This record gives sequence, C-alpha cells and structure tokens, in this order.
Amino acid sequence: MQKFILGKKNQITLLSAILIASGFISELVFHNEEIAIWSLVIASILGVAPIIIQAYQALKVKVVSIDVLVTIAVLGAFFIKNFEESAIVTFLFLFGAFLEQRTLNQTRSAIKELTEMAPESALKQMENGEFEEVEVDEVDVGDILLVKTGAKVPVDGTVLTGEGHINEASITGESLPVNKKKDSKVFAGTILENGTVQIIADRVGEDTTFGKIIELVEEAQDSKSEAERFIDRFSKYYTPAVLVLSAIVWLISRDIELAITILVLGCPGALVIGVPVSNVAGIGNGAKHGVLLKGSEVISDFSRLDTMVFDKTGTLTIGNPKVADKEIYGDTDKVDEVLAYLASVEKESDHPLANAVVEYIGDTKPYRVDKTDVVKGGGIVAEVDGHRVAVGNVALMEEENVQLNQKMRADIDKFEVNGNSLVLTAVDGELKVLMGIRDQIRPGVKEDLQRLKRLGVKNLVVLSGDNQGTVDLVARELGLTEAHGHMLPEDKQAYIKDLQDKGQIVAFVGDGVNDSPSLALAQIGIAMGSGTDVAIETSDVVLMNSNFSRLPHALGLTKATARNMRQNIIIAVGVVLVLLASVFFSEWMNMSIGMLVHEGSILAVILNGMRLIGYKLRY
Amino acid sequence: MQKATIQLETLTCPSCMQKIENGVKLLDGIDKESLNVSFNSSKVKVNFDEEKVTIEDIEKAIDKLGYEIKKTQVKAL
Repeated sequence: MQKFILGKKNQITLLSAILIASGFISELVFHNEEIAIWSLVIASILGVAPIIIQAYQALKVKVVSIDVLVTIAVLGAFFIKNFEESAIVTFLFLFGAFLEQRTLNQTRSAIKELTEMAPESALKQMENGEFEEVEVDEVDVGDILLVKTGAKVPVDGTVLTGEGHINEASITGESLPVNKKKDSKVFAGTILENGTVQIIADRVGEDTTFGKIIELVEEAQDSKSEAERFIDRFSKYYTPAVLVLSAIVWLISRDIELAITILVLGCPGALVIGVPVSNVAGIGNGAKHGVLLKGSEVISDFSRLDTMVFDKTGTLTIGNPKVADKEIYGDTDKVDEVLAYLASVEKESDHPLANAVVEYIGDTKPYRVDKTDVVKGGGIVAEVDGHRVAVGNVALMEEENVQLNQKMRADIDKFEVNGNSLVLTAVDGELKVLMGIRDQIRPGVKEDLQRLKRLGVKNLVVLSGDNQGTVDLVARELGLTEAHGHMLPEDKQAYIKDLQDKGQIVAFVGDGVNDSPSLALAQIGIAMGSGTDVAIETSDVVLMNSNFSRLPHALGLTKATARNMRQNIIIAVGVVLVLLASVFFSEWMNMSIGMLVHEGSILAVILNGMRLIGYKLRY
Repeated sequence: MQKATIQLETLTCPSCMQKIENGVKLLDGIDKESLNVSFNSSKVKVNFDEEKVTIEDIEKAIDKLGYEIKKTQVKAL
C-alpha cells in the first residue's frame, strides 16, 4: 500500500491539481460552496497521503524531515478547516518535488553520460577456446578477450593479436583514433573503430584508468567543503528547531494558523540543496571538457588562486628539443656532405641532442662510421669516409685542437644567450657546423597564459633546473611575471612554501614524477605527466591527456562554480529571512504563499546551478 | 567484513540522505564510520559484518524507507 501510493505520486499530484482547479471554479464561477469544499478536502487527503507516509518512515528512523513539518502543518490546516490552504500546500509540495527531480537530473547529466560510457560486457575466451559474452564484472586479470569493430574495450589490457584503430577520447579527450597492434596497451572505455583485436586483461573494474576516472568524478561530486559540512550539521538541528519554535508560538499566541505557517516557512530546502547542485553541475561541465576537479574544496581554492607556478621542461615546453639555430663555416658547396657525415655519426647515439640533429637533417646518404669514440661529457669522435669527424660541445673542440675564429666565438655566445645547447661539428680539425638546439615552447601556451592572467591570476612563475638565461628567455617570450633557474626539486618546494607563508594560494603545474613534493605542497597540484595514472592520482585538477589548453577553462569554471555556490547560499538564506520577517510583520503571508516561495527558491537554486552545465570560457 | 556499494534511484531531497543514513545505522553489524550516503551519485557505501547482518537486511531497510535499489555490489574486505 505504502509503495503503491509513493509510486503514484505523479498521478496524485495531477489529480490534486485538477481537484483544486475545479474547487475554485465551482466556487468562483458557479458559487457552489459545497462542491468547492469537497474538492479541496479530497485534494488535501490525496495529496497528504504520500507525505504522511514519508514522514512516518522518517520518524521511524528518528529523523525530523521536511515531510514531518509539512504533515503537521497540513493536519493543522485541516483542523482549523482551512481546506484551501491544506490542498494548495500539499499540491505545491508534491509538484515542487517533481520539478526538483527533473531539474536535478539535468544538473547531473554530464556525469551520468560519463559513467554510462563504462563497458558492460565482454567477449571472454572460455576453457573450450570459444568466446562467450559475459558481464564485465566476470572478467579477471589474465583473461583473454575479443574486441570487435564498434565495441568498447572492456578492461585495460595488452593486444595479443590483431590490429585496429581505437578512439581513446574517453580517457585522453583526444578524438583522433590511435593505431593499436600486438603489444599495444588498450584502455577500458575506449572504442575500437575498425579492426578486431584479442587482448589479455591487465587491470579490471575499478583498477582500470577509466574506472579510476569515474570513481574520482563520483567522489568529487559528493565531496563536501567545510561550509557544506557545517550546513549539514546545522540542518540536522534546524528542522526540529522549527518544530519547537512553532509549538512555542502556538502555546503563546494560541494561533494555529500562525504556528503552522511557521512550520511551512521554516522548511530548509534551498540551503541544503544549493551548494551540492552547483558542485555537481560544475564538476559535470569539467568532465565534459577534459577537466576533472577533485571536489568542492579544490573548486574553492582554485577559484581564489593568487599565483601559478610552472615547471619549464615538459610543461611550458614540449620537452622534446629541436635544432633552432644553425651556422655553416667554410666551403658552402660541401655542406650536404658535412651534414651527411654529421647525421651518420649522430645516428650511432641515442642522446636527446643527437636525436634532434638527426631529425633536423632528415634523410641523407648514409656513411659507414668507424672507430667511434664516445668522449664522456664532450661528444663523439669517429672516422667517416676517411675523415676525422668530431661532434660535441666547445670542450671537445678544444680537446681536438679545433681553432675557433672571432666570428665563431661570437656565434657561440649568441647561441648560448638564446638559450641553446650547442652541437659543434668539426671535420679534420676544422669547424664546419654550429647548431643551437633548444626545447620548443608548446604551441598555444602563450595565449593560454594570457587567458589565465585575464582570469585574475596575479603571478605566473616559472621554476626550472635549467640555467637562468634559458629560463629568462622562456619567461620573456611567454610574458611570465617571474623566472628562476638552477632550481632543484627541493628549491621549488621551498619557493612554494615561502609564497604560502605570505598567505598566497598557489597552484603548481609540473611533471608528476620529479615534482611530486611541490605538487603535494601546493594547494592545487596539477600533474602534466603523460602517464595518466600518476596524473590522476597526484593532481587536484586533472587535465585529460595533459592538455595545457584546458587550464584556462578549468580556472574559469572553478570561478564560475564558486560564484554560483555563493549566489545559491544568498538566495536560500535571503528567502528564509524574508519569509520569517513577513510572517511577523506583514498581513499577506500565509501557508500557501510560504510554500510557493519555498519551492520556488529550491527551483531557483537548481536552475541557477544548471547554468554551469553550459559554461564556456569567453575570452 | 564486507563492503557494499548500493546504487539507488535518483535521490532528490537532502533529507533522504539523513533518513537512509539513520535507517542503515540502526541495523546491527554495520560499521557506522564507513557508512556514506552520497546525494549526487545516489549511492550508499557501507562496510558490514556478514555474520551479524546480511546484504539483504540492508537492502530491505532501505527499501522500507521507500527508496528503490537499482544495483548492489558486495566485495570482501
């Protein structure tokens, strides 16, 4: 019976609306008092039934819920034969709940979309060698699974056989399909766009990268800030307090009407729901745009950010050095030959600078390289095509007795000032090529940093282990406010601590491995490591696929979300204050209007929260 | 001890959480510290002593409060 009534809440709401309408029509149009009263009585009884059940269930577990307040209020109205109010209040309460459910689902939709991307079934190899469809929960580590075109990869695993292209947007935010063949790693929740592969399960369920992302978002949306925990504690005592207040008012004034009006007006609603609604909508927006925010505490801190500290290599720069400057000396028509020697020698090495050189020169005639001698801290000396070729730094050239003229020395100085690492090439004791290699700034970083500035970040600081010249150069090019070189991880940590002692809120953006102490220390740690797991675990704000360009959106979003929460708190508190004041100081306030305003304020905070779903950075 | 994760129908009223919390807490063999009812994801997470209380008891307690259970997962701790 209880279940039946609760299940039919929507129908009851509709019926009670019709009854109330016909009640008023019969009174105002047909002047039939009797039918009007009976309509309202039936509407009240119908409407209060589900509320009474809910109130009873709450009282059974010792909770004074809103249902209890409303039930008492309605019974009171019935007692003083004010059927108009009892009918309207129950209707508004039910209808409000209906609208709230609808709109709340909206605010949660982004996160729901994410969790619904979780794989549900898998084709698992059985003992007889056949593949059978099973629930994804039944897959264990080590199982062999078949993934067909169009299917979701059910677990994190390694490709055993087959080949195909996988869309990894759900993990990395990058929608360009990635080629996967034998020994490639595949991730749960990604989609095989073409081909067929067999994989072996490495991690299943909550341990997969996708599982971790979902868990993180689910926990984040329900994580509570200090303010929210206060509101929770407060509301536990608030409802009983309203009950007591109304009883006292009744005892003193003997005015049932006033007492029950207080019951309705005192219902907490918007206050309790306002902050979680902003939270879930904001986090949902982030999840859709490749930004995972770990809870409302993070939102609050990040939105009030003073200083953003960046690591250089791999964060502001690509972390993949390239040849940026070049000078040729001596015979210009022999250049190709010299470059071919150089490339042949450098191919022997896997030093990052050597890779940059080989990549820069491209395809050339390959020469046989003999008598290769790697000079530690200097470079390589080898014999190519009958010539002695030395490739390395200035120290190596000195060791090889290569003469450097004034122009060469000037070039070397200039290259160093520009933040280059140098690779000199000498053939038979004569300097032929000077190359300056430096790390490239990530495309778009400059614009992103400007957006951050416009969003109100006061200081943008770069800290790096590189020499001061290189760091200054990057800072000038990107328009950063401060740059410090020669920083060891512990120096970076001390720098952040210093800022925090001055009362600043600091975010650190860096490599998830080297800089983990700084990431942990800063109020907001953002790891850029390409290993998604590390980034997810150590970051307070996770940028999917370490996408730097998501950073301004993340900051703008947290600011909008924090603002939204404040607005909701103001709406909620304001409404309660206005209602309580008008009960004592105005004539027009009654139970129905009180309920209308109360439900209206709940809808107002939900609708306000919903604005965050569509939030986009404007600049 | 076992750990249960119970997915409920969408929770809309904040007082639901209090009701569910108290309703489950009143059962014997519940680790009260671990109990967490989350509003937005509409989930109940709780550790319980399987010798004192069964997962069915917990489900029944929530169901009696008027909340539909969509999916339950139990893991040994």
